[in-house]
Amino acid sequence: MEHGHVADIDRHVRTYVLVFVSLMVLTVITVGIYYLHLPRPAAIALALTVAVVKGSLVACFFMHLISERRLVFWVLVLTVAFFFVLLLVPMLTSLVDQARV
Amino acid sequence: MEIPYTVEARPDTGLTSGKIGIWLFLASEVMLFGALFATYIMLRVGAPEWPVGATILNVPLATLNTVVLITSSVTMVMAWASLMRRDLSKARMFLWATVALGGAFMVIKAIEYNAKFEHHLYPSESTFLAIYFTLTGLHAFHVLGGMVINAYFAGPGSKLWHTNPQWLTNRVEHAGLFWHFVDLVWIFLFPVLYLL
Repeated sequence: MEHGHVADIDRHVRTYVLVFVSLMVLTVITVGIYYLHLPRPAAIALALTVAVVKGSLVACFFMHLISERRLVFWVLVLTVAFFFVLLLVPMLTSLVDQARV
Repeated sequence: MEIPYTVEARPDTGLTSGKIGIWLFLASEVMLFGALFATYIMLRVGAPEWPVGATILNVPLATLNTVVLITSSVTMVMAWASLMRRDLSKARMFLWATVALGGAFMVIKAIEYNAKFEHHLYPSESTFLAIYFTLTGLHAFHVLGGMVINAYFAGPGSKLWHTNPQWLTNRVEHAGLFWHFVDLVWIFLFPVLYLL
């Protein structure tokens, strides 16, 4: 990213505008899902899917992940793996506690 | 002594020290917010009843805050793009715009908090409100931190442009990575706390 050409930057800016419009549309969809009053499991699945798409757009384009070096990806892969461990350990612990009772 | 690899990338990683540093910091931030999201899930799954956020919280104000924060991400990335085009004054303008939008987010958040306090809805009132104030409060501190960093680069920190423009460009990019992360966290907080 350090030595970008002006034409490259113009292309980047056009992408940023497109991403911005997409994020606005997805925000409207996020709120719209709530007003559809879907069953809770469906609403949760749909709202989180839209949030993942929005988050991916921010990470890929605003944070330049799409053109980032491999080392950054490995740092993130490791982080995501630890995040799931963090998420699963308390859940497994509570399951083990329930099995004991 | 000069800090190594501020402008040129390290040959082994292909990254500047600042770039790898900010990504490692963001990794630690993922774990911080991740721990709180995990707490939220455990509390919600374990609760006999859980309110829909919209019945307690203000969805229109939170939607407005989402729009404000996404717009601030665009102004932030435009500040970096302006520096890449070697236009310092435009970059500073976009940085100040980002600071102003961050300020707008904080004012809207304060209005929301104030409305809750007026109705005696404090963190001690319920588990839902406790996790709501913890998550949004921590996030708001991050917005405040980002505003201070961006104001520094828009103000006194921009002097670096006259001695090492590429270093300032890189530093603004790294500040932007933090700011976009804060935006990303809000993208998840908004549906999780307000709509589900």
